[in-house]
Order: sequence, then C-alpha cells, then structure tokens
Amino acid sequence: MAHYLDFEKPLAEIEGKAEELRAIARQSDDPMDVEEEANALDRKAADMLKSLYKELTPWRKCQVARHPERPHCKDYIDALFTEFTPLSGDRNFGEDQAVMGGLARLNDTPVMVIGHEKGHDTQSRLRRNFGMARPEGYRKAIRLMEMADKFGLPVITLVDTPGAYPGKGAEERGQSEAIARSTEACLSLGVPLVSVIIGEGGSGGAVAFATANRVAMLEHSVYSVISPEGCASILWKDAEKMREAAQALRLTAEDLHKLGVCDRIIPEPLGGAQRDPEGTIRTVGRALKQLLDELSGKDAGTLRADRRRKFLELGSKGLAA
Amino acid sequence: MNWISNYVRPRINSIFSRREVPDNLWSKCDDCGAMLFHREIRDNLNVCTNCGHHMAITPRDRFETLFDGGVFAEIDVPEPVADPLHFRDQKKYPDRMRSAQKSTGEKEAMLVAHGEIGRTPIVAAAQDFSFMGGSMGMYVGNAIVAAAEAAVEHRCPLILFSAAGGARMQEGILSLMQMPRTTVAVQMLKEAGLPYIVVLTHPTTGGVTASYAMLGDVQIAEPNALICFAGPRVIEQTIREKLPEGFQRAEYLLEHGMLDRVTPRKELRGELITITRMLMGLPPAIHGDLPSPDETSTSSAPAEDSETK
Ligand SMILES: [Zn+2]
Repeated sequence: MAHYLDFEKPLAEIEGKAEELRAIARQSDDPMDVEEEANALDRKAADMLKSLYKELTPWRKCQVARHPERPHCKDYIDALFTEFTPLSGDRNFGEDQAVMGGLARLNDTPVMVIGHEKGHDTQSRLRRNFGMARPEGYRKAIRLMEMADKFGLPVITLVDTPGAYPGKGAEERGQSEAIARSTEACLSLGVPLVSVIIGEGGSGGAVAFATANRVAMLEHSVYSVISPEGCASILWKDAEKMREAAQALRLTAEDLHKLGVCDRIIPEPLGGAQRDPEGTIRTVGRALKQLLDELSGKDAGTLRADRRRKFLELGSKGLAA
Repeated sequence: MNWISNYVRPRINSIFSRREVPDNLWSKCDDCGAMLFHREIRDNLNVCTNCGHHMAITPRDRFETLFDGGVFAEIDVPEPVADPLHFRDQKKYPDRMRSAQKSTGEKEAMLVAHGEIGRTPIVAAAQDFSFMGGSMGMYVGNAIVAAAEAAVEHRCPLILFSAAGGARMQEGILSLMQMPRTTVAVQMLKEAGLPYIVVLTHPTTGGVTASYAMLGDVQIAEPNALICFAGPRVIEQTIREKLPEGFQRAEYLLEHGMLDRVTPRKELRGELITITRMLMGLPPAIHGDLPSPDETSTSSAPAEDSETK
C-alpha cells in the first residue's frame, strides 16, 4: 500500500515498522528473532485492519470511496470485458474523457459499457478531469445508450464521479439539460440497464447514469445528493463538519439498501477495494452477470415499466424510527 | 373579478391561514431600492414599477392572476413519509419544516392546481422559493407526479413554474431520487402527447434544473432569472476567474440556445394561452371582452385573453 488514509495512520506505522525490521534482517547475520518480531507486527496489523474496517463511519467510507488506488472504471473494463471498442464524441461539440464508453463483450455477450473515469496519475487525472463530466460526456452517454437500444444490447454503467463539472463552458453548453436528458435516456431504454456505483456517486452527475433497472453498490462506495463537505458548509456553515454531514446524509450502501435505492451490496475485500483490486473486480464481474441474468428475457416494455416503477416508488419508505 | 367567479366557486382547501398584508404598507424593490406601495407592486404581479425587476411571487398569488377569474382547484398531493432520514444538522428537519410552514402559511414548497387560462384547461404547478428555498424533496416529487397524472386525466397541458435552490439536503438520497422520479412524470406527459411548458423563475438551480425544469417542450424564463446547475460562486472557486456579466441569467441562457423565450411576467399569461392553444389544436383566443357564459357553453368556445379582471 502506497497511500494510507488518515484513519489508517496507526496501521501505516505498524506495517512500516515490520518492513523496517525485515530490511534490517536482510542485512543481519541472525535474521530469525527479528523475523519473529516482524511476524508479530504483521498479526497486529491484520487485527487492526479488521477492526478499522469492521465499522467504518460514513465519513471514512467517503474517504475509502475516493481512495486513489481504488480500481476505477478503466480497470474494470480492462479486466472484465473483451473486445472493448471505445466510442467517442457527442457529435456536437467534443469528446469528454471524463466519460468512457463503448462496445464490449461481457462473458461473450455484446454490451454497451459506459462509466466515469477519474484517472490514475496526474496526467490522466487532468485528462479525465477527475471524473467530472461536462455536457459532452452526458451527451456521448445518451448517444451510446440510444445505440445500445437500437441494437438490443444491454447497458452497463459504472459510476464514479465527485459530480458534474462546475465550469463556465459546461454551464454555457447546458450542463443541467445534458444531465436531465441522460436521466431521461436511461428511463427510455428498452434494454436492460444495470449500474454499479464503484466509488463516488456524486449527485446529479451520478443519477444521469444510475437511473437503472438494478443499482448495485460496492460495500464502501457512497451515493449522495451532495458531498459531505458541501452539505456541511451549507447547513453547518462549516466545511469541517463533514463527518456530521456524512452521518446525516445516509450515503452508505447499507443505508441506501434500506431505503430501496440500492438493490444489491457487493462486498469488498478486507481493508477496501484498494487492498485487492483484482479480487474486487472479479466480485463485481460475478454480480454484473447475475444482475443481467435477472433481467434477461424481459421485453422492452417490461424493462421500461420495471425501471419506472422502481423510481416512482422510491421514497415511499423512510428509515425505521 | 369577472363573471367567472360567480358561477365557479373557488375551492379553498389550504389548511393554513394566508398571510394578509395591508395595502398601505411600503416595500422596497430589492434591485433599484425604490419605495413602492405594497398594493402597487401586487397589482403589477410583484414586478417593480420603477425598474421592471421581477421579485418573487408566491404560487398562490401567481395562480390568482394566472387562472381565469383567479379561480382554480387545488390538486391534492400525497403526503410523503415525514423526515425519512431522521435528519439533524444544527436544527432538526421537522423543526425547519414547522418554521417554514409558519412563515409561508403553506404546507410545502409546491402548489398544484387545475383550472382554465383564457378558457383553456390546464394543470399548473408552481414552486415556492420562500419555503426552504423551494427545495425539491419527496413532497415536490409527489406534487410533480400528481400534476402530470392530473394533466393526463384531464387531457390538458402542464405548465410548471420552477423556483428552487436545488434538492432538499435534509432528505438526502431521497431528494436526489426525485430527479429520475420527476423525469418519469415528464415522460407520462410525453407519452400522452400533452404539452409540458416550463417557466423558469428566479432562481432555478441545482438538481431541479438537471431534471424536470429543463425537459419542457417549450422553455420560457422570466427576465434576469438565475438558471444554472452549479452556482456562480462554486464555479468561481473552481476555475478561479471572474465570470462574465449576466452569466447564467435568463438572457444569457437564451443567447446560448438553452431557452426558447424570455418573457416578462405581465406578458406571460397571454403567451401561455397562445402557446398551449396552438399545441392543443384549439382555435385562437379572443382578445377583448368575453361573451356571457350561457352563450359559450361548448368546449370549443374561443378563449378570452383579456386583462379585464
Ligand atoms: Zn426596482
């Protein structure tokens, strides 16, 4: 692990110490007793990891969801899909690299896959605009969804965005209209639409992709109307109150499952997806297959009605008192 | 009041008492600062008689001047689960609700009604910015769904007046889910082949613009209304540059192709009558005095478009 979150600092110390001991052991004549000590530290670290992740607070979940080493959209596409053929552009203004999409096969079945991509280093993050799409990104997604509908391909969306990009050009080119139309496009599809929140489900920018027949969430992903920091600065007049805001917003997979927003929670490896990206991706792959199987054989009208009913009924129940 | 109020009794079903302001009170225009008689502003639809600035108008006041003879039937909106998340910031959500209800005299942030404008039956929904910033929670979602269902039932257009700071944070994800939910309502109208007209009023921002408020067949805005997804302050903080004059105002959006029209409030009613009648395939509205109701009892009767009240 190269990047520890603030609440993982004690863990970082222990793991660091174990590593140091082993470095010393490699140079010493009698590595045996050092190795024993290092093993003890490993056990201590494992216990600590377990207890840290047993009950993550909502704010800590936000931090895990944003972890830079968490697998991103591109990692899922590379590992789970074959013959991925990226398709670009909104045919109107430009190509938005915050959104990736294209034709691909999932277990040999052709599908359309669309998702937000945050990037993995400075250069790719800038190119991907940190996963914050502009209107072109949503309009590209609409175009790809409509193409999938035309050719009867199921649509898979992978959601991971802090939110739609708040920029001058984005506003001038109709950010809100683009998001609204993308949501509308999701609702109009006569093919199965399955969505997985793999990291951050940031507000309208996430809804535009996640108005799906089935919405799954990774265990430590979050999905919210506003970021905890944003909520804190508005309601608490203090952005530092993000812990309280994260708690109040009920943005965890567990709470959203109770509220009927999330249909399925996909478990993450101990210590979060960033500690075992390959394992996480495999689990998501299995979940995707099952979710698509649940929808297979349904005709266009049924799929549309199913989606519509799901969203009309949302909010008819709150959390138990 | 014209003749219509004599034979159609207004249905008053608000459970809260209305605020009454004496006519001789002064108010100040929030734009030019001119001191105006409350009555003078009210008679001018809350538009400053000095500078033309459009001030906020409550849904009830708007409907009274929009519908023929000020007559409309309120459409019941199903009550959502109260405080579904047990949300508490510095105040409890139920306490915020109570104080908003007390200060506005309304139950929630949207009013839905059925009635006629220029003898054209319509359903109208209007958002109340004075009620918790008009924020879109489950009630507003229910109101829009109810409005769409009523429009489909009566086979008439839906005219929606938006005004909101965005989604209601105190309902968390359930407020966000009103984006797809209200989009379903818009689709119901589309499938029924009924016009959906949006009038964006100051301000309409956030998740509201990114759903039902941007999906109208015709998009009209009141002059100088702020209409945006991300607010100007957020953008300035992000891009660290000064935004151009008039950025995200109605006229700016019109120039950028995001709206069909910018229409002053005083001309809005006539324009809505004209547009809805054409879209519904009805004959043109009659301008001027109305014939008496007995002579024009058929549904194909021409409409009035007079300011004779
Ligand atoms: Zn003025």
